[in-house]
Amino acid sequence: MSLPDSPALAYASAANPWFSWQYMNDNSSTVLAALGEHTLLTVEAVVVAAVVAVPLAVLAHWYRRLTGPILALSGVLYTLPSLALFALLAPFVGIGRLTVLIGLVLYALLMIVRNTLAGLGQVPEDVREAAQGMGYGRLASLLRIELPLALPGVVTGLRLATVSTVALATVGVLVGHGGLGQLISAGFHANYRAEITTATVLVVLLALVLDLMLAGAGRLLTPWLRRRAS
Amino acid sequence: MNYINQAVVWLNDPLNWTNPGTGIFPLLEQHLRISAAAVLLGCLVALPVGLWLGHAGRGGGLVVVVSNVTRAVPTLALLSILPLIRAIGIGELPVILALTVFAIPPLLANAYTGLRAVDPEVREAAQGMGLSGWQLLWRVELPLAVPYLAAGFRTAAVQVVATATLAALVAGGGLGEIISEGFGLGLAKAGGQVIAGGLLVALLALSVEGILAIVERAVTPRPLRRSKRIRKSKVALAAES
Repeated sequence: MSLPDSPALAYASAANPWFSWQYMNDNSSTVLAALGEHTLLTVEAVVVAAVVAVPLAVLAHWYRRLTGPILALSGVLYTLPSLALFALLAPFVGIGRLTVLIGLVLYALLMIVRNTLAGLGQVPEDVREAAQGMGYGRLASLLRIELPLALPGVVTGLRLATVSTVALATVGVLVGHGGLGQLISAGFHANYRAEITTATVLVVLLALVLDLMLAGAGRLLTPWLRRRAS
Repeated sequence: MNYINQAVVWLNDPLNWTNPGTGIFPLLEQHLRISAAAVLLGCLVALPVGLWLGHAGRGGGLVVVVSNVTRAVPTLALLSILPLIRAIGIGELPVILALTVFAIPPLLANAYTGLRAVDPEVREAAQGMGLSGWQLLWRVELPLAVPYLAAGFRTAAVQVVATATLAALVAGGGLGEIISEGFGLGLAKAGGQVIAGGLLVALLALSVEGILAIVERAVTPRPLRRSKRIRKSKVALAAES
């Protein structure tokens, strides 16, 4: 065992560990509150984005002339750096949770729209024609035939959107509602490693758990895909 | 509306453009310098690996894992952690390294996909003509993969320029400083500055995207343009910024 080169270094590494149970114990309520806010922000943003994006994708699918503009607009939104989006929203929406939520919804939109549209595009033409031949109207065919068949695409979009939203929500720290991002930022400013790493690990775990849940839900909703595979 | 007037006033003040260290021009210069270094470093790491894996036809799983893992790691976390690692220290280096991490997935995935997308018959024909592994890679696979490489470069560069804004949250410099400083002063006092910063950053990201789209088109040989498959691979790789 080698001795540390200087007492200062030894002190720094002792006082500023990358992980600390003590920190977890002393701050469990703060950490849990941040985790709760983070989860809620993510879920709300993805749900709202899905509610807007799926009809938008259907519109783009039905009216081919709208496909270009809808994809272009969501593409431009996606290129905007998150900090710029929050900066442009905050003066009008206010410093608060709503600004973060709107920003997250806008980013999640693109991924859900694109993947839903791709899913709808992959429904075979014969299936569509068969539905028509059986007397399905446009809406009935959409709801009972095309959307269920496009579900894998929708689920892929939701999964991508969720994982990105979990990571992106940390930027909400700019307006005081970054969930676990608050801890990362506080840890950075206090030069306290354990706080940053704890929050980071929780962010990655949250993304992983939500992703697995969506993947599981997707599997349950599309039993025919499993049957075909086995 | 009041904020918009303030933003116009802020943008019209020449000192806000030229002020050493905190003006728009010096911050823009720093922003572009950091971004360029990160993209360059990303290319140095990702292209050889991606090209080799694609050439050998191995490691597809690794490419997917790398892009999925980096998607889940918040930029803010890396930007906060790297300066606290003693070997890296504070300043521009941790920012460049953090951005490099986010530049690697699109470069790696597109290099790999580009080489895998080469028609196997073309590869066999080249081997039949007696080309060695290196010659095959250099003279056949690489030129055919140019559209993918260009698309990957564009995605990576746009993402890095956009993400570099976040460096301001950890006092790392770049154009984001204008926004971050504005929020620090409070909206009542600096709402205009926040909007002006937001507009500048948005404009920068959109211009880089536009310029690189033109470059991408220019370097892609005519017969390889407008391939739908490339667009798809880009969508799947869109990551957070």
